[in-house]
Amino acid sequence: MKHVLESVESQFEMFQILDENGKVVNKDAMPDLSDDNLKELMRRMVYTRILDQRSMALNRQGRLGFYAPTAGQEASQLGSHFALETEDFVLPGYRDVPQLIWHGLPLYQAFLFSKGHFHGNQMPEGVNALSPQIIIGAQYTQTAGVALGMKKRGKKSVAITYTGDGGTSQGDFYEGINFAGAFGAPAIFVVQNNYFAISVPVEKQTKAKTLAQKAVAAGIEGIQVDGMDVLAVYAATKNARERAINSEGPTLIETLTYRYGPHTTAGDDPTRYRTEELDNEWEKKDPLVRFRKFLEGKNLWSEEEENKVIEEAKDDIKQAIKKADGYPKQKVTELISHMFEELPMNLEEQMEEYKEKESK
Amino acid sequence: MAQMTMIQAITDALRTELKNDENVLVFGEDVGQNGGVFRATEGLQKEFGEDRVFDTPLAESAIGGLSIGLALQGFRPVPEIQFFGFVYEAMDSINGQMARIRYRSGDTRHAPITIRSPFGGGVHTPELHADSLEGLIAQQPGIKVVIPSTPKDAKGLLISAIRDNDPVMFLEHMKLYRSFRDEVPEEEYTIELGKADVKREGKDVTIISYGAMVHSALKAAEDLEKNNVEAEVIDLRTVSPIDIDTILESVQKTNRVVFVQEAQRQAGVAAHVISEIQERAILHLEAPILRVTAPDTVYSFSQAEEVWLPNHKDIVEKVNEVINF
Repeated sequence: MKHVLESVESQFEMFQILDENGKVVNKDAMPDLSDDNLKELMRRMVYTRILDQRSMALNRQGRLGFYAPTAGQEASQLGSHFALETEDFVLPGYRDVPQLIWHGLPLYQAFLFSKGHFHGNQMPEGVNALSPQIIIGAQYTQTAGVALGMKKRGKKSVAITYTGDGGTSQGDFYEGINFAGAFGAPAIFVVQNNYFAISVPVEKQTKAKTLAQKAVAAGIEGIQVDGMDVLAVYAATKNARERAINSEGPTLIETLTYRYGPHTTAGDDPTRYRTEELDNEWEKKDPLVRFRKFLEGKNLWSEEEENKVIEEAKDDIKQAIKKADGYPKQKVTELISHMFEELPMNLEEQMEEYKEKESK
Repeated sequence: MAQMTMIQAITDALRTELKNDENVLVFGEDVGQNGGVFRATEGLQKEFGEDRVFDTPLAESAIGGLSIGLALQGFRPVPEIQFFGFVYEAMDSINGQMARIRYRSGDTRHAPITIRSPFGGGVHTPELHADSLEGLIAQQPGIKVVIPSTPKDAKGLLISAIRDNDPVMFLEHMKLYRSFRDEVPEEEYTIELGKADVKREGKDVTIISYGAMVHSALKAAEDLEKNNVEAEVIDLRTVSPIDIDTILESVQKTNRVVFVQEAQRQAGVAAHVISEIQERAILHLEAPILRVTAPDTVYSFSQAEEVWLPNHKDIVEKVNEVINF
């Protein structure tokens, strides 16, 4: 038995391109990205780091509601998203708002999602995505369906979804990857392993040495990636996408990453379950630090450029929160009208009742 | 017109919609080449191909998730859950997901999904095959629950369900699959969802029912007639939403109501319907509304179905109580 485990685990060694110092350690795997692309990747990561800082602050001021911090996961979230095309469909988890924003969801709507307003979930026409999924695992089985739908339509696109390390314990996680495998559907399943599901360390989720090896149960490709290395995450996703649109089926990608903040802003205190040493260790692996070093080495990035992005982000956020704050309040009649195409009799009655209340 | 069993009428409705709309997809466990464990999808894969009618791995939750994903790509999924007792596996994908998708997306996404599933007692099935769990889905906003009792209703309601652009749970009583034949029009037709049907007119008491209990109620009505009690039998056909208008019209005429369901007393939809009637028509009532239901135990071991399931005698008894109140 031991022999089997070791030989399985040896198939899932961490894929890395940039080390902590921004040095290329795997030249052959270097993705084909133009200088502009590289800069755009950095711009998005910096912007998203600022978005996280501002979101935390806005949440503390009571101007945002539900918020799941993203700092530390920029390479994992944005490197994978950068490998997508507009026609690809994104099924995010609750921490995956940044991917939605870069896929086309306006920032003020992301804020409305946080505040609990239906307009935050109204994807603009052409933005192929669902709003963040709260039920951990549900996005995985739905992704198998979207991907099968694309295959049936003959589209050259993929469905991509995200969950965390804890989410790999759910039944829907296994069912989702297994269905996609059985149907040969063009799906990319990303597991963002930040080592903790709220307070529970990944060792308590499973005895498996890697999460990527769970792909074996579905008979699909699996890869473990350094989730703090944006080039590695991009390359792995790009590869999975190419395989998917060439009818080679789905891929499971595990990104090894870390959230510097709490699980959510709803009262979670990470000092109860994480040590300072651990935090420090992961800060050394910061995806922004290493990619900044890499770009500076190529003369593609400067402090000036970074500050410009920071200012731009802060301005956008200011405008967006203003717009979100000023957005019309929800009415019960609106909620009723979003239930069905044609209202059943009970809702028709209740619609009249609330119309009257709202007119007073 | 043709003589059809309910299962044939269901197959006919599926064939009609597979033909009418290329977005209709039929899938589930053993629904493809095998034609379904009850032959409901017999011949459909052969006629429409594996791309339209296909088997899935054995996992109800993912069948639900698959349906949602396919709906997001513009398909009109008609998945099957082999027995409704297995709905617990798919509860999140149904109540937690597809029923909410139009609302949670602010009307920008929708799920035109019809889930077919057999249920119901009297045929000695093993554990968790026959349970009446319609009450669980009826409590979820965003999904309709349809339960036909005749071949003709089954075809018209299933075509309507498939064409509906919101999710519908279509529950097929196993005992009714082949228990009798009925005239069913060969051409396509629809029956509006949310509309009850008066299966027998009467002036003394209203018996409201659905599923297999409609036939027990009709049998009870025949017995009652011998004692000069004219019972009106209403078949709800859709148990969520409820057709209150048809019920009220009858109650105002008969002033007495008995509600009959196969589900346990604490389950089903009886309590909801009775509450609606008392809110809207209490001044028309000459007696309390009584219920005929199964006892509040777990569904019976198959050998005990005969003593456990409600039957026409129980109905006659309750009607007499209401008449003599």
